[in-house]
Order: sequence, then C-alpha cells, then structure tokens
Amino acid sequence: MDPAVVDLSRLQFALTALYHFLFVPLTLGLSFMLVIMESVYVMTKRPIWRTTTRFWGTLFGINFVLGVATGLTMEFQFGMNWSYYSHYVGDIFGAPLAIEGLMAFFLEATFVGLMFFGWDKLRPVTHLFVTFLVALGTNLSALWILVANGWMQNPVGAVFNPDTLRMEVIDFKAVVFNPVAQAKFVHTVSAGYTIAAVFVLGISAFYLLKGKYKSVAKRSLTVAAAFGLASSLSVVVLGDESGYALTDNQKMKLAALEAMWETEPAPAGLTAFGIPSRADRKTHAEIKIPYVLGLIATRSIDRPVAGIFELVAQAETRIESGVIAYDALEKLKANPKDLAARGVFETHRRDLGYALLLKGHVADPRQADKALISKTAWDTVPNVPVMFWAFRIMAGTGFLMIALFATAFLLVTLRKQETRWFLRLAVIAIPLPWIAAELGWVLAEVGRQPWAVEGILPTFLAPSTLSVPQLLTSIVGFTLFYGALAVVEVGLILHTIKKGPFAEQEAFPTAGAPAGEAVA
Amino acid sequence: MELPIDYPTLRLIWWALLGVLLIGFALTDGFDMGVGALLPFVAKTDEERRMVINTVGATWEGNQVWFITGGAAIFAAWPLVYGVSFSGFYLAMFVVLFSMILRPVGFKYRSKRPGARWRAFWDWGLFIGGFVPVLVFGVAVGNVMQGAPFRLDADLRTTYHGTFLGLFTPFTLVCGLLSVAMLVLHGAAWLGVKAEQGPVLDRTRKFGTVAAVASLILFAVGGLMASRLGFRLEGAVDPAGPSNPRLAMAVASPGAWVANLTAHPLALLAPALGFLGAAAALAGLWKRSTALAFGGSSASAAGIIATVGLSMFPFILPSTIDPRSSLLVWNASSSHSTLFTMLLVVALLMPVVLIYTAWVYKVLWGRTSTAALKTDPALY
Repeated sequence: MDPAVVDLSRLQFALTALYHFLFVPLTLGLSFMLVIMESVYVMTKRPIWRTTTRFWGTLFGINFVLGVATGLTMEFQFGMNWSYYSHYVGDIFGAPLAIEGLMAFFLEATFVGLMFFGWDKLRPVTHLFVTFLVALGTNLSALWILVANGWMQNPVGAVFNPDTLRMEVIDFKAVVFNPVAQAKFVHTVSAGYTIAAVFVLGISAFYLLKGKYKSVAKRSLTVAAAFGLASSLSVVVLGDESGYALTDNQKMKLAALEAMWETEPAPAGLTAFGIPSRADRKTHAEIKIPYVLGLIATRSIDRPVAGIFELVAQAETRIESGVIAYDALEKLKANPKDLAARGVFETHRRDLGYALLLKGHVADPRQADKALISKTAWDTVPNVPVMFWAFRIMAGTGFLMIALFATAFLLVTLRKQETRWFLRLAVIAIPLPWIAAELGWVLAEVGRQPWAVEGILPTFLAPSTLSVPQLLTSIVGFTLFYGALAVVEVGLILHTIKKGPFAEQEAFPTAGAPAGEAVA
Repeated sequence: MELPIDYPTLRLIWWALLGVLLIGFALTDGFDMGVGALLPFVAKTDEERRMVINTVGATWEGNQVWFITGGAAIFAAWPLVYGVSFSGFYLAMFVVLFSMILRPVGFKYRSKRPGARWRAFWDWGLFIGGFVPVLVFGVAVGNVMQGAPFRLDADLRTTYHGTFLGLFTPFTLVCGLLSVAMLVLHGAAWLGVKAEQGPVLDRTRKFGTVAAVASLILFAVGGLMASRLGFRLEGAVDPAGPSNPRLAMAVASPGAWVANLTAHPLALLAPALGFLGAAAALAGLWKRSTALAFGGSSASAAGIIATVGLSMFPFILPSTIDPRSSLLVWNASSSHSTLFTMLLVVALLMPVVLIYTAWVYKVLWGRTSTAALKTDPALY
C-alpha cells in the first residue's frame, strides 16, 4: 500500500475526529447542566431559572448541530477511508455503532426538537423529562462509541476466522463489558462535564465582570462551580482508573507515556520531568518522584512496571509466533480442508497481527530474517516524546481545573462570586479543558500505534485503496468547509452571548422574566 | 452455543431489515429532504420560508437518524457491503456528506441572524442538503443495479476500478432523477399535511403534481432500461456458508433482474405499489386530500425501493469486473452470532423508538402557522 495513502487517510481521520470532539464534550456536559437548571425551575417555579435554562439551551443548540453534522463524517468514513478495517473488524466494531444509533442517536435527536419547541406544548415536568432524555441520549452515545474504541485498544471477545479472513465475535458480553471501554467512558464523559462547567463558568464570569445579566450569571456560576468541582475531581480520579486499566491491557502505551525505557524495579517512580529521545532510546534529565507510578499502575508497592525494552523483546517473540500463524493461514487459503494447518493456526492465531507488522517492510512475512524481526519489534513503540508531553499537559490541566473549581466553589459558598481576579481567571480558563480533551485523544490514538486494533491489525494495512488525488480532494474540502463552519459557529455563540439571556424572552411575554431583570 | 435462528434465515432477515431501514429513511428523512429541495421555489418571502422550514424544524433531526443508523446497520450486518460501496463511491459519498452537513447547520443557523444575504445563503444550503443527497442516492442505486467495477483480492481487500464521472450513465441518471421526483413528491405531500393554507401550498401542489407525473414516467423508463441488466450465479452457493465472496461465482446475465420479479407474482406487488402509490398521490394532490397524497407518496417510495431489492435478490452488490467478487445475501454478512445479537437489539429497541417518535409527532401535531413565527422565539 502507498505510504502516502496511509498518511493522508490518518491525517483525515485525525482532523475530522479532533474537530468532531470540539463539540461533543460540550454537548455531553451542557445537556446535564440544563437538566440541573431546569430541575431547579420545576422545583422552585421561579421564571428566572427558566430563562437561565433557555439561554444555555440556545448555546447548547448552536453547538449541538455541529456535533451532529460532523458526526455524519465519523459514521461514514470508516467505510470510505478504512474499508479493509471495516471488513476485518466490522463483525465486532459495527455492532456498537449500530446500537449507538438505535439506543442513543434516536433518543437525543428525536427529543432535542421537542426540547426546543415544546416549552409551551408540555407541562414543566414533562419538558424536564424531555431534556433529561436528550442528556441521557448524548451520554449513551458516548458509552457505545467508547465500547467501540475500547475494543480497538483492548480487543476482547473475538478471534480471527480463517474462512472469512476477518475477526469475528465469540463473546459479545466481553466486548460490552471491556474494562478499558468502561474506564474510558467514565473518564471521557467526566471530561465533557468539566468542559461544559468551564464554559458556563467562563461566560457567567464574563457577564459579572461587565456587570450585565447578574441574575442569570450568578445562578449559572453557582451551578457551574458545584458541577465543575465534582466533574474535575472525577475526571482526574477516573483518568487514573484508565491508567490502571492500561497496565493490564496496554503496557506499551503506559511505558510510552511515561517514557520508561527500562523496567522499573517495584515500586516504580513517576517521571515528573524529562526529555525523552527516540534516537538514544533514553530519557535525559529525568526528575523522578519515587513510588508514585507503582501505586497508580499496579495499586501495590511490590509489582514492577514493564519498560519499553522488555515489551519490545516480548513483541519479537510474538512476531516469530505470528509468522507461523501466517504460514498456516496461507496454507488454509490454498486448501481450507488442510487440518494440520488449521491446528497450527489455532495455536498461533493470537499472534497473527504481529506477523502482519512485517508487511510494512516485506511483502511476505515468511521471508523476514531474524534481523528484520528485531527491527520490526521496535515498530510497536509509539511516538514516545508526543505521548510523554501530551500526558503531562493533559494531566496538569486536569489538576488546574480542580483548583479552579475548588476556588469557585469556595467563593460561591462565601458569597464572594464577584471577586474580580477570579472572574478574569475563569474567562481565560475557557479554552484549557478543550486542549486537555484533544490531547486525551492524542494519547489514546497515538499511544495505540502502530496498531489500528491493538495486536490485531496494523494501521498501515487498514485504509481503503484510494488514490492520493481522491484523498487530497476530501482533506482540502473538509478543512475549508470545517474551517468556515467553525468561524460561523463561534460567531453565532459570541453573538448570542452578546445579546444576552433576555434577548429571546423579551418578545415573549409569557416567559415571565420581569423586564427589570435585564438591567439588574 | 447453538443459536435459535439458523444462519440463512438471519441473513434473510437482515437483508429485509436493510430494506426496512432504507424505506424508513426515505419515508422520514425523505420528506425533510423533499421539503429542502422545494424550499426556494415554493416559498418566496422570508416569512413563507420560515413557515416551510418549521414544518420540519422540530423533527428533521430524529428523521436523519434513520440515515445514520442505516449506515451503521450496514456496517454491523454487512461489513463488506459497507466497505466496498463507501470506498468505491468515495467522491460521491464525499459530496453526500458535504451536502448533508449543510442541513443541520442550515436549519439551526439560518434564523439566528436577520440579514437577507445570510438567510438566502442558508436557504440554498438547505436546498443543496435536500436535492444533492437524494440525487446521489438514486445514482448510487443505479450503479448498484448495473454492478460496480471492484475486485476483492485473496485477503478480501477491495479495489475500485471506476471513476467518479463513470458513475453517471443514462440509466443511473434516470435512477437519480426518479429518486428526486419520488422524494420531492413526498416532501410536497408533507407540506400538504403540515404547512399553512395559502400561496405556498398552491405552489407546492403544482410542483407535487409535476413530481408525481415524473415519478410515474421515470419509474417506467427506468424499468425498461433495467430490463437489459442483471447477474446470475454460476454453480451453487451455500446460504449457511462462510462470508467469503470468493467462494461464489457470478456472471452478467442481461434480463435477470426483471426475470427475478416476474418469476414470483408476489414480488410484482412492489412495482405495482410504486406505480399505484404515485398515482394515488397525484389524485390526492388533485382532490386536496392530504391523507391520500401522503399515503400515496409513502407507498410509492416504499414500492420503488422494494422493487430494487427484490429484483436483485440474492445479489446486494455485483461486480462487473470479477466473477469472484460479487456481494450476495449469502456471502457478505456478519457472523451468525453477530447477526443474532443485533437482531435481538433491534427487536428490543426499534419498537421503543417508534413509540416515542409517534408521541413526539403527536405533541407537535398541527399546521405550522406564520402567525406563530412572530410570537414563538424558539422557531427557526
């Protein structure tokens, strides 16, 4: 396969997925914040809470459609750009996507219209329930997409079938209850809740700084402070849980993000700072905090954490075993009734993917010599410096978020919401959690390289056999189109913020917000 | 584990479900797209356009999920069909995505700003988002019936040997136009149900009438042109065999599609429904019976889609260049276990989806009025 096609396919996926995930986390979190605000309205019957809910609902809507629109690309580009991947793992990977459609997309999309248009058609409690169903739908969608992604990281419950030349499900429950998927789900939705809380906190702070719409801003700030504190704490704690899941399932990812070349004697120390070098296979100028990594990764002080050299040596053994599986599979392709070959294949099939790694260097893996196998084993190491820094910036931002919301919570409790230095900080902090969330995906996906599906299918085999001009057309097209949409979206969000919470309600006497509130 | 439904039956059920999802998509999102395609022509003033947009404003999003879920269901149940067709028709799919992304954004953003140019821009965005995907889907179905130039190698990796412009032949263009006519008719029928009485509906009735007549003519012409198309199997295929297209042998056999239909009198009900539905819709538009028009356009779309599926059985996507690559109901599905699990999921969730969708339509029932546009700030 043409390396340019592989690189361009990866570039397009990275661009469209990272862009999609600018909108999704805000949807995940803001939908539940709407539920909280509307619940207060239903319980207190105070119109100001209805105004507050509808204002954030308007911003939710502007963001939501772009999540939906860019989600279309995500749903279809597996087939368009990754058709061999689709064939190879569609038996497993397609199911959570279809369930996502049936269980989550129908729910959120059917009720989101009613959420916007049903304020006067439904009783308040019923409308609250509709809002809740939208929030439930968005979060269920995250669950199923992370079941799908979790399987790419830790492909449980499936085996290669030599008759159909693809992976097939043997245990669907294992796919759904994949520990990696579960850990990723809670971590990802918490990240979404944090992003939404920062969004609400920052905009409310902006209003308070300007002395505008205080009635709405103060209430929103209170909700954001409480919701954000809980979310930022859980995103860090559950991220740590993700790290624990890595030690069982993706040792290489953990070693790479720690830039840990040699296996650490127990209990392993955590590298707080260092300059990892891929060329030297060493991390320079390391500063270590003793014990911490061992505690995070093994929940013990006596178990070691495997380093890159040790894991590469293991990969070498698996490549050798994989070549045996590959040879047996070629015999089976020529003669499906070759029982001896079938027996050999059964014994070695879990290493077949490792033999496929050799296809990056040689057309027929059986031609590889010992030196090539040793060289290929190093292909299993992801880009260590990228992993190392992405992790530190992501985790660092996570702790900053806890500090931000702890301060917010304290100030709200002391009724000092209008502390100006804090309000300025809250506005500046708006982009930070987005950066952390995007880096989280960089960690998850770069950390899985060279695999599309860990240990099963190398990324360079997964794309469709497209041409470079086709890919350039779509990449340039998506970039220009998405860029224009981003400009329009941000413009509309700023426009809506500028108009303020009472802009729509003014023309609408039954909304109940007294006109005086607007200047309060 | 022994599954309670055998593999051939499950494949047959999933083939039928593929049809159900396509028909579900055409009947729900189809009228949204028809309304989008009609928008600049039936509604002239800003108020009229807002009224037309709001006839689908609250429900298009749920309807679009039929499209998304349809794609995902093909991925889950027919992974080879998903990979081969979407990568083969790459630039056409890109055009579809591009125009479909304009739709959500157009609905939501159009009325957020008052400027005339801003609104006109999104009106045409909504037109493109309705017209273009419908046209391309029709052209794609035409290409599926003709067979596509793809080859599966020994590892079942697909390579497509056609070009983007090669997708457009006289037959596939007729299919594309039929698809447009069918869904414009459906959109016109929906406006009959949901739009305010007045000049918009008068114009809509004219466009609907043209679309109904065009549907009848294009379906007949397409049928005649399709009579020289077809493939047949050479030798036996095990309906319970492994999903490996290279185990079967298929060759071109002009006339096989029509012969498939005429061989089973019951199968002829599908084209009959296609014609009678369009005729009923025409009568409904004429007599101002909204129920007859909408029922007729729904029946017509369902009949036309079913005709395609039934005429090709057991083919799903034949290859024109390799006899050992054609995708069949019997050789392109997911595993026995996946098909069974997914059937359970559908049986459990689909009724729930239908019930709450019906409830939402009930809450939002009634014609969209221009008067409401002035008082309800939530409307687009």
